[in-house]
This record gives sequence, C-alpha cells and structure tokens, in this order.
Amino acid sequence: MCLGIPGKIVDVYTANDLTMGKIDFGGVVREACLVYIPDAKVGDYTLVHVGFALNLISEQEAQETLELLREISEIEEKLGPSQ
Amino acid sequence: MIKYLSEYRDVELVRVVIDEIKRTITQPWVMMEICGGQTHAIMRYGLDQLLPPEIELVHGPGCPVCVTSLELVDKALAIASQANVIFTSYGDMLRVPGSDQDLFSVRASGGDVRVVYSPLDAINIAQQNPDKEVIFFAIGFETTAPANAMSILQASSMNLMNFSVLVSHVRVPPAMHAILSSPLNRVQGFLAAGHVCTVMGYWEYVPISEQYQIPIVVTGFEPVDILQGILLTIQQLEQGLYEVDNAYTRLVTYNGNKPAQKVIQQTFTTCDRKWRGIGEIPSSGWCIRSEYASFDAEKRFNVEGIHPNESPLCIAGEILQGIKKPNQCSAYRISCTPENPLGATMVSSEGACAAYYRYSLEEI
Repeated sequence: MCLGIPGKIVDVYTANDLTMGKIDFGGVVREACLVYIPDAKVGDYTLVHVGFALNLISEQEAQETLELLREISEIEEKLGPSQ
Repeated sequence: MIKYLSEYRDVELVRVVIDEIKRTITQPWVMMEICGGQTHAIMRYGLDQLLPPEIELVHGPGCPVCVTSLELVDKALAIASQANVIFTSYGDMLRVPGSDQDLFSVRASGGDVRVVYSPLDAINIAQQNPDKEVIFFAIGFETTAPANAMSILQASSMNLMNFSVLVSHVRVPPAMHAILSSPLNRVQGFLAAGHVCTVMGYWEYVPISEQYQIPIVVTGFEPVDILQGILLTIQQLEQGLYEVDNAYTRLVTYNGNKPAQKVIQQTFTTCDRKWRGIGEIPSSGWCIRSEYASFDAEKRFNVEGIHPNESPLCIAGEILQGIKKPNQCSAYRISCTPENPLGATMVSSEGACAAYYRYSLEEI
C-alpha cells in the first residue's frame, strides 16, 4: 500500500471540483488526484499512492544522488576492491 | 526504461553501495526498516544476501493491514455482512483473518464487498448507489491519510450522506517510541519509511533520534535507495553519531507536503489506537474529528457483541516489533501459509511473513 509508483503527468483537468491528472506509468495511463501538488504541470514526474499524487519528484535531487554514488564508485576504483 | 525506477535498480550502482558498506562496517549492527514495503524489496532483490554478515535487518511494524486491530477487522466483517450495504476496501484487506472469517468469505456468502484502488472510487460508488450505505475501510499510515481524509471532505462537500468511513489510521513516530522504550529492543538504527515522510517530512523524528540516541535515515524503496539508507545509517553508527538523515531527497523534504498535512489536521485528530498483536499505543492513531462524525462508520453502525479471538499460534506481534523473525514461528510454512493465513503478516504484500514465504531462499 505504501509502494508508490513514479509516473509522468500527461494531462491536468478538474473533476468534482478536484484537480485531477492522467499519469503515465511507463505506458500504463491512470487517473490520479493532484490536489496535494498544486504546482504540478504536464511533463512533471510524481509519485502516486492510492490514487493521489503525493509529491513532485525533484530531478535535481535525483541527479545529485546518482552523482554522489558515481563519485563513490570512482573513489573505490582508486582504492581497489573491498575485502 | 522507466525514469526514476531503472536507475535505482542498476546492478552496478548496487555493487558500488554494497562495497562501500563493506568498507565502512567494522562490527555488528542491528537496524530496522520501518516499512513492510521495504521488507518486501529487501527479500525480493535478495539484498539481505548481499549485505555483510555484520548487518542484521529486523522488520518493522509498517504494514497497515497487519496492525489493523482484530476488533476493527471483526467490526468490518459485521458491517459488511449487513443487508443494503456496499463495503469497499483496499484489496490487501480481504484475506486478513478476523476471529471467524474474512471479507472474502463475507463476499462468498453474498455480501457486497468491493476492492477499490482509491477512496475516490468509493465516493463514486456511493454517488451511483444512493439507496445503499457505502462504507470505505480507511486503513493505513500517514501515506494513505491524505487520500482517505480527502474522501471525507469530498463526501461532506457533496453532502453524500450514504457514505461513511471505518478508520484505522496509525502513525509511525509513536510506534518507534514503543519499540525503542521496550526492554526487549535490539534496534540500533532505523530506516524510516520514505513515503510516510513524503507526506509528513522528517521533523517529527529529530526528538526521537535525540531522546534515544539513535540514527534515523529516511529511505526509499528501490534497491539502490535501500542500500544508500543502510550505508548512511552504518556511517553514523560507526562514528558514534545519531542524527536524522535523508537518503530519499528526490521525494522527501524536511517539512513534507504541507497541503496534505493541512487536510489531515482538518479531518483527523490524534487518538489512542490498538495495534494487532502489539496492543494499545498512546496517541498512535488518527480518528475522525467530531465535525465529520456523521461520516464515521463506527458511529453510524453500532456493532455490538464483538469478541475478538486471535490465533494462539500466531506470533505476528513479536515479528512486527522486530523481536522475532517469521522463520522462528512454529506455524510458519506449516499451518500458516498465504492461502491459509493465521495472521495478517502472512497476507499482506507488506507483511514480513509473506515476504519470507515468497522470496526466502531457505530450505523448505
């Protein structure tokens, strides 16, 4: 239940006074409520739980995490293999 | 290639972080992943097999289906069995054993029990069936609370008086207090549940980390995320530090999602809550505020004569507190299987017993 899935927002609209969106999960498109991410726009990535988008995914933070891990990898190469 | 998924399942990155963990660790440490979704990811990808033997992972209580009290499951069964009722629930809940039966058997006996993906689906069912009472079983931690709360606000604004909610909301921080203050506690570091923190942020964990002098690292759900959470925890433990750190920065901020927190506060109030197998934990739940009492299924359906009767064999309570592992249970794989579960931890896609059953490499 707490396993959210990342998806790309492909449409934003209003239904029953709620901001809703179509989210593309790697080819499968489903509806989600966007009321908790008021800044969301088409093209953004978000994480959806039980039909509600809970946050936008930060591209910058995602890149920084991957960069950090790649740096560890470069340092490891210099140090040689672990035990 | 799915963006924000494939990168965090990358074999090379997994190897890099595992190597760094091996390089950092010098002594045994016990850490707990709070969320059952993380337990399943650990078992599914065999991360426990890749980690150095010094690391012991114990599995936390973060399985909403597992901790929903037997009394409340029995109430759900009693309500779902009534005539003129449509009972809606997340799918995981249907096979959870009550004292005598489960929601599947209520459906088999003619009850109208429906699985919904979102509480807004339950709202739609209520709109389409004005002559029926529609109940939604609102279980979950902080992650599902924004969705469940919004269903109550929607029903209120639409004046949808045939809709009500059976609430079993639980919160992570009081459960961490309960685990850490137990004389049986072995946990030396926590991987906090990333998606709970997406909603709530991680400011609530700072006083816990200080009070118990324990590292807490906000952790995601993909293999690289989990290993990074473990690495940051080990780095703190090895240096004698205890801080709250964030290994899931692409989704979690210190303050969390403020609009979601506002709706939770508007709809729910903190209350004591019984956890299945564990007992009552003070202030560990959310209940419907009195302003929305007309949407509270517990008040609308006065269900009497509930006498919960738990299986004497099931040790789910000890498993949920990290005291025992599923394979230390005498019923595991013998009299308790996903097809015939004695406890909810063998049912849920977030339950530790189900994770062991499905993915464990141990000899059968």
